[in-house]
Amino acid sequence: MSDKIKSDAVFGLARHYRFQWEEAQGGYVLLFPEGMIKLNGGAGEVIKRVDGKKTVGEIVADCKAAFPDVPDLEADVLAMLQLAHEKAWIALKE
Amino acid sequence: MSQQNNGALLNHPPKPFWLLAEITYRCPLHCAFCYNPTDYVTHTQNELTTEQWIQVLRDARKMGALQLGISGGEPLLRDDIEQIVAEAGSLGYYSNLITSGVGLTEKRIAEFKRGGLDHIQLSMHDITKDINNFITDTNTFELKKKVAAMIKEYDYPMVLNVVIHRYNIEHIGEILEMAEAIGADFVELANTQYYGWSLLNRAQLMPTREQLEKAEAITNKFRERVGNKMKVFFVVPDYYADRPKKCMNGWGEVFMIVTANGDVLPCHSARSLPGLEFPNVRENGLEWAWNESPAFNKYRGDDWMKEPCRSCPEKEKDLGGCRCQTYLLTGDAEGTDPVCSLSPTHDVILQAIEDAKNPQLAAQPILFRNDKNSQKIVAGELKDLVAPFHALP
Ligand code: SF4
Ligand code: SF4
Repeated sequence: MSDKIKSDAVFGLARHYRFQWEEAQGGYVLLFPEGMIKLNGGAGEVIKRVDGKKTVGEIVADCKAAFPDVPDLEADVLAMLQLAHEKAWIALKE
Repeated sequence: MSQQNNGALLNHPPKPFWLLAEITYRCPLHCAFCYNPTDYVTHTQNELTTEQWIQVLRDARKMGALQLGISGGEPLLRDDIEQIVAEAGSLGYYSNLITSGVGLTEKRIAEFKRGGLDHIQLSMHDITKDINNFITDTNTFELKKKVAAMIKEYDYPMVLNVVIHRYNIEHIGEILEMAEAIGADFVELANTQYYGWSLLNRAQLMPTREQLEKAEAITNKFRERVGNKMKVFFVVPDYYADRPKKCMNGWGEVFMIVTANGDVLPCHSARSLPGLEFPNVRENGLEWAWNESPAFNKYRGDDWMKEPCRSCPEKEKDLGGCRCQTYLLTGDAEGTDPVCSLSPTHDVILQAIEDAKNPQLAAQPILFRNDKNSQKIVAGELKDLVAPFHALP
């Protein structure tokens, strides 16, 4: 489970998880049967792009394009995907 | 970077992220561990209408409510759940139907799917028909299996809730295997907490520490084997902890209940507390109830605390424990939860633990949750049973 994230891997949200913007919380949330997780700005931006179609490489490129001024973005995005995968919020698509 | 479960770590002012709609107290089951109020029978004739519930959902959503539990009693006894679910779906709630399964049909589950219900939490009781039927005082064993299959077929996450007590705790390994066999995604092993009916039946229900430790070890081993495929929550019974739980994540912090008759509560059993008048949606707006009502402000924060909690370095962690439990067991709503080993009233818990070792001596006959027993309690006929617990009528 803690393998390195490969750049051609494709992730989708885990089954039965929902991701949405919550005005009252001023952020994105992940919802699932036994709870919810409020994502901070950066985490929300990454998970938003996890759509079961884009590869990891494309997500990184997409984030870089959206936030050109942030240094070391690639490492942050990969770390976030790794964490989300370990926690089983997202799952590999075959 | 992220925050976990139940909206903990939230910023002030408090918001009711979790709304529990206890939509009816009527129930075809009669579980001995039911935490519904023992006088529930006084709230079965004056339920809110469909329109009133829809208004509640709209108002709460505006206040930030996001997670919705539809529970009871048995919510499926109302024939407007489909409408309520559809409203919740269009408002963007993450909604959960908490059910015994009685009354769930193909037609209804299809309607729930269309309406946007997110998941169904099914209660299961045991792997044996005998214990299932005994503890619920009904013949529902086969039905639960059928309902579980239906939940799967409609591609709902399979969320099982198993209340654990002395009659099923030794079967915990088999219960987990059964859950695995029917494809459960989440299993909550909820050790009985003692409120309402379960408090009256405590001497019958409470397991020993040895039983509990064994059950926890079996659960951990099972978890290791199945990994992420199935999430297993083991809700520790607080009698066997030496610190109390942070009840509802804090009084009036993230959790709001609207009951069948429209009362607005910060926790399930708050109505048992003395001297509090709870708002009701027939007369008060939800916004006022949450933000302004004296009842919701009564135990917010820690101003109300006495010693030893007041100067305790751990007070942020548990906020002194559960107000209802403290009152029910000690008669003082502002005291330290007796579960805490620092509490001057901790001996009432030690006594209950002692009694669990010798259930034959301690036990009265089990009192099932049903209308007849509830009427008797309201009429004062079961005084002897009820007397040790301060708040019951
Ligand atoms: S615990 Fe049992 S009796 Fe109580 S509401 Fe639930 S199903 Fe009904
Ligand atoms: S004394 Fe009160 S605040 Fe301190 S740990 Fe016990 S219950 Fe919590």
